[in-house]
Amino acid sequence: MDGLIAAENGVADPVSDFWEVAGRRFRSRLVVGTGRYKSLEETAAAIEASGAEMVTVAVRRVNLSDPGAPMLQDFVPPDRYTYLPNTAGCHTAREAVRTLRLAREAGGWNLVKLEVLGPPPFLYPDMPATFEAAEALIKDGFEVMVYCADDPLAAKRLEEMGCVAVMPLGAPIGSGLGLSNPFMLRSIIENARVPVLVDAGIGTASEAAQAMELGCDAVLLNSAIAHARDPVRMARAMRAGVEAGRHAYLAGRMPRNYAADASSPMSGLIR
Amino acid sequence: MDSPISITVNGEPRVLDAPLALSEFLTSAGLDLRKVAVERNEEIVPRSAYGTTVLGPGDQIEVVHFIGGG
Repeated sequence: MDGLIAAENGVADPVSDFWEVAGRRFRSRLVVGTGRYKSLEETAAAIEASGAEMVTVAVRRVNLSDPGAPMLQDFVPPDRYTYLPNTAGCHTAREAVRTLRLAREAGGWNLVKLEVLGPPPFLYPDMPATFEAAEALIKDGFEVMVYCADDPLAAKRLEEMGCVAVMPLGAPIGSGLGLSNPFMLRSIIENARVPVLVDAGIGTASEAAQAMELGCDAVLLNSAIAHARDPVRMARAMRAGVEAGRHAYLAGRMPRNYAADASSPMSGLIR
Repeated sequence: MDSPISITVNGEPRVLDAPLALSEFLTSAGLDLRKVAVERNEEIVPRSAYGTTVLGPGDQIEVVHFIGGG
């Protein structure tokens, strides 16, 4: 699942450091949502600045009273970005399958994001419904990247069912609280044989870096960029944060030590 | 002479004067056929079948597209 990496000079080679899901290869480890922007122009500019190669999209009814309205595809071209259609708003396996069949017909691809959410105020993943929907989608030929609870057993079960990536939350969707559960995320990452993406909760670039330092393959976020005062600049910050976190993970952090250890030699002092 | 045909499109009732191919309906609604997907009575209609799918009385049609989402 991981492209390798270790170049002789110790710098991760940006060409060979890729991650792979369902046979597709990505160099950017930042996956971004396309919702909540002020305009489609802003959506396009922020996504461009993020460097993302994969974007999540929703499937909704066309407004027939305004058929000429600009469409997402005109601003975020599907031949340039890999669309990852989601199941936002679906509460049952049946609704999820129906929605993604339409998405497959609209776009002609099988890679999808499954999310079945519980009620407000937390919109926490509804895991029993998620298992059921994942099973139905896999049976229907979809390649499922699945939003899930930060539960190592649930993540493992989804992997064993055949999901192509597991995407535990860092904190509730749109909350911007950062990683509330680094230990659980780490446990999931260490046990997974499919890519792990931290999806939801990230609020700023340092939190994206932190997720990458834990060793996840990529992060998925939307509101942190769309709701920043300057979304395009935050998109750039997220791109840099994800890259920094990836480098730090590969570099391997120094051990924590609860006593000081001087950086300058104690020998050769003038007397 | 054909009698009017009542169908439902995206939850809204519509009346057609005569049987109409799905492709003609979508085009007359001003839609770009490459950017939408269609379901008739909860069954996907493949794009290749738009021309041969004739809308009939009571049909429930859903026309969807991609929008921004997270």
